[in-house]
Amino acid sequence: MLKTFTEKLGQTTLRGIEELGYSLALLVESFYWLFFGFRRHQAVKLPSIFSQMMHIGIQALPIVGILAFAIGMMLAIQGIATLKTFGAESQVVLGIALSVTREFSPLIIGILVAGRSGSALAARIGTMQMAQEIDALRVIGISPVRYLVTPAMIAMLIMLPALTFFADLIALLGGGVYSSLELGMSLQAYADRTIEVLQIDDITQGLYKSLVFAVIITLVSFVNGFSVTAGAEGVGRATTRSVVLSITYIIIADMVFTFFLTH
Amino acid sequence: MMSNHHTPTDQAAIEVENLVTHYGSTRILNNIDMQVSTGEIMVIMGGSGSGKSTLLRYMLGLHEATSGSIKLLGQDITEINAEEMDELRKNMGVSFQGGALFNSMTVGENVCLPLREHTHLDENTIQIMGRMKLSVVNLGGFEDLMPAQLSGGMIKRAALARAIVMDPKLLFFDEPSAGLDPVAAAELDDLILRIRKALNTTIVVVTHDLDSTFRIADRITVLDKGDILMIGTVEEVRNSDNERIQSLLNREARHIEIDADEYIKELTGQKS
Repeated sequence: MLKTFTEKLGQTTLRGIEELGYSLALLVESFYWLFFGFRRHQAVKLPSIFSQMMHIGIQALPIVGILAFAIGMMLAIQGIATLKTFGAESQVVLGIALSVTREFSPLIIGILVAGRSGSALAARIGTMQMAQEIDALRVIGISPVRYLVTPAMIAMLIMLPALTFFADLIALLGGGVYSSLELGMSLQAYADRTIEVLQIDDITQGLYKSLVFAVIITLVSFVNGFSVTAGAEGVGRATTRSVVLSITYIIIADMVFTFFLTH
Repeated sequence: MMSNHHTPTDQAAIEVENLVTHYGSTRILNNIDMQVSTGEIMVIMGGSGSGKSTLLRYMLGLHEATSGSIKLLGQDITEINAEEMDELRKNMGVSFQGGALFNSMTVGENVCLPLREHTHLDENTIQIMGRMKLSVVNLGGFEDLMPAQLSGGMIKRAALARAIVMDPKLLFFDEPSAGLDPVAAAELDDLILRIRKALNTTIVVVTHDLDSTFRIADRITVLDKGDILMIGTVEEVRNSDNERIQSLLNREARHIEIDADEYIKELTGQKS
């Protein structure tokens, strides 16, 4: 019993270290191809980056809009209800502005993209692995990292901050709509007050976080996709695992990030 | 026999020497030594778990060997760097068991991919070459279909078109007849012979299909449990008195002798 437990613990630790090493190698290699690919006549192709940006970013705009608006409203509802006890309802603008830009937008967008695009990447790579398409790329002389990982990585690094910024705007709007209805404040006054309290650092803090999340989602999805070995079930397992792990790492990274940024 | 009209030259296109490979701690291939001459069709056969697919994957440079060397066109792939390997790959074509066509691309895009990646030809020339190779495998006019719309035999032929689009010197097949009906399998065999005749391509085929083996092989390598049982011509293999080869040829089930005590121990989970 104890032996199987320690054995399992050892195996899990080893697998974790192995995956961490693999992820780092993948990160380095994907940037190697971006900057030096042309030297080996394997430049990263722009159309493949654009097509990934389309999948990851543009097509996610509607759902991001809905989520962000709802979160802005939710923060306003909570904020006003809580601040009422101190008679400080008007401070809700500050509360919404800071929590949206620093915390909620990057976190929610990170989780959404992990669920939406991370799972799709893991499933696609897993299926390609099963159908020997990855081997086919390699024997044709095309690096799978250059062909698959780098475009997705670049697209994530561009689109995740872009989506986060978009979510900032929509969530602030959502908060403003509710506040103006509840407090009788005009939207104009809400916007002026928001601009007054918001520092540029608050916004960039959120965007930096989203860059880290972009790297996490891409690496976790590809590491899990590439490691698929057993059939359709394996693809399913890799997909689930990559979503769960991405979200876990995103939340932990967010906590660490927030700690250092506020100290 | 069609294959016998062709006389391969003596120069070796593929040389495998003392190849030893492991999967985890399990030894898969033991000291494999074999040579394939330029323009020769070498069939690697053996039962399941004989290591024949593994041998192919090492020849393709998909894994790193424990020891030994694999020379393709005179270059040792266990020693050359990644760039040299990329160069070498332009002279290699591979047809995988399931075809391994890229599902997100049309048949035409699949076939033209190596040209797009490795040459600076203009789009028009690429398209024309792609169509030419598709008509070689009798798939002219199918370039705009997606792989999912093709039958099993058509997928294999499209994969072959992609494998030969760069006019490779070496061509590898993994189980070409697997999953095909006898007629489609025979058509594919004919194609393999025609390609060799036209381009003097060196061809390695991994298969367990005996009919196909006897139709196309110049020589046969018989693998069993990671060892080479014999290398010889079709006649030599057919006439071999090796028991294991005969049982392979006659499709006999393997009889594994187990000691009764050992068996009981195995069932009850005791280690002997």
